[in-house]
Amino acid sequence: MEFDVNLIRQQFPILSEATIHGKPLVYFDNAATTQKPQSVIDAISHYYRTENANVHRGVHDLSQRATQNFENTRNELARYLGNIDPKTIIFTKGTTESINLVAHSYPMAFLKPGDSILITEMEHHANIVPWQMACERHGLNLKVLPINEKGEWDLEFLPKLLDENVKFIACSWVSNTLGTINPIQTMIDAARKIGAKILVDGAQAVGHFKVDLKSLDADFFVFSAHKMFGPTGLGFLVGKEELLQQMPPYQTGGEMIQEVTFEKTTFNGLPFKFETGTPAIAEVIAFQKSLQFLNTISLDKAHQHESLLLKRATDGLNEIPEIVFFGTSDQKVSVLSFNLNGVHPFDIGTILDQRGIAIRTGHHCTQPIMQKFKVPGMCRASFSLYNTIEEVDFFIESVRKAAKMLCS
Amino acid sequence: MNKSIAQLQDELIEVFSFLDDWEDKYSVIIDYGKQLSAFPEEFKRDEFIVKGCQSRVWIVGQKMENGEIHYHADSDAIITKGLVALVLSIFNNQKPSEIIHANLDFFEKIGLGSHLTPTRANGLLEMIKRVKNIAQTFEKS
Ligand SMILES: Cc1ncc(COP(=O)(O)O)c(C=O)c1O
Repeated sequence: MEFDVNLIRQQFPILSEATIHGKPLVYFDNAATTQKPQSVIDAISHYYRTENANVHRGVHDLSQRATQNFENTRNELARYLGNIDPKTIIFTKGTTESINLVAHSYPMAFLKPGDSILITEMEHHANIVPWQMACERHGLNLKVLPINEKGEWDLEFLPKLLDENVKFIACSWVSNTLGTINPIQTMIDAARKIGAKILVDGAQAVGHFKVDLKSLDADFFVFSAHKMFGPTGLGFLVGKEELLQQMPPYQTGGEMIQEVTFEKTTFNGLPFKFETGTPAIAEVIAFQKSLQFLNTISLDKAHQHESLLLKRATDGLNEIPEIVFFGTSDQKVSVLSFNLNGVHPFDIGTILDQRGIAIRTGHHCTQPIMQKFKVPGMCRASFSLYNTIEEVDFFIESVRKAAKMLCS
Repeated sequence: MNKSIAQLQDELIEVFSFLDDWEDKYSVIIDYGKQLSAFPEEFKRDEFIVKGCQSRVWIVGQKMENGEIHYHADSDAIITKGLVALVLSIFNNQKPSEIIHANLDFFEKIGLGSHLTPTRANGLLEMIKRVKNIAQTFEKS
């Protein structure tokens, strides 16, 4: 498969249509959310124009069509993830909800007071706070694997932390703030060895490389559609069937039930037990187009392209005397976090915004990482497959300009 | 006799009316911040921090013998410090009642209106609210 960035860009209307302060958009906030191709945008409007009906309810044709199309997404996603069983894919509203579901339901079925949960220092707040709450509810202990100066897991601490009380591990595959691609297999193997279960937060992985869940073999894998060129308001929990079967429902209401009387309610089977209420139908259906988009490009070549962008940006910024980088592992996706010495990230973000460049500034929902590196926030440029060398060069020049304006 | 808030606003709008590109505007804003008088260390306390800003912003006011309020402000971000300096350049050394009832429209007029949306990380609206709140507490006392 060829990789032609200009052909790819043409599929993303916002890249040519949006103007920021009268200038063309340079979108480097892809770790927050990726842009959507025309096919996804069209699918949403096509659904509302021709197919809109509630799913899993009506005998009427429209509802059946919507239901079938809706379930097709589950099947296509199951294939995309390496031919897994579709009923082990739960639709949620995002990574955050997927983690909350597991943090709610898993401990109820499997954990007891005194058990420990291990997370890492680089987790997104979405993979910290739900576990803190679970610990409070169930009398569990939260343990944290530290990271080193390069922004990698400090695996030396792992054997000490993994005592026999650790029954669950929750960790991200790729850090949204530092870009580090973590040695996820090492962690999964470590979990297996002590008989602990493991949840992998794949939110930042799925937009950069192909994920094969058959070979990864995590107990739970969570991610969001909007970070892989899909719609917002849709995410996924993929879980081991035997675990999902034993876990009690998370939210309750319509759709997830089998029979309701005032004395007792019995629940529907997988995946519906965990999907209550009317789901994001248009988004689910349109997500097929995101998968088709991903299937038409070589993600290996895209990854090479992104690595090139990352290297060029890193080398370019490195020539600015005041530059400081955060996250300097050799194993990284195209996420570049930096500051200018003595300058608040907000100032840099404001100057870049004036030139049409969208980066993220702040703590990126990872305050412990800010505490680790002793900064109030960071600037983060995150590149995707549709970004270009020219955009990166303009970005480098713009950071230089910001340095000139702000570092005097 | 001090200039009125309305006069000061007009003068500021005048200054900015000569600047048409964003770079010059932000350079002037940054300069305003640099000219802000040193913030008294003893006031760098959490209770004087204005919430809702991505950077930290401190604002305190003191009532002078003539009844006017003198404000001090600081920020760890240069542009934010400039923005708060613009606000103070209009409100400093005015009577509490004038401050409370002042109608601020200069941000739109100098092309910085986008900083006024409630979700903007610099919290300009919050800064103005704090300045007015301080005036309110002094008016009552
Ligand atoms: C690593 C990681 N985990 C979790 C999340 C939360 O994802 P969502 O906001 O889609 O629920 C994000 C999003 O920024 C993330 O980067």
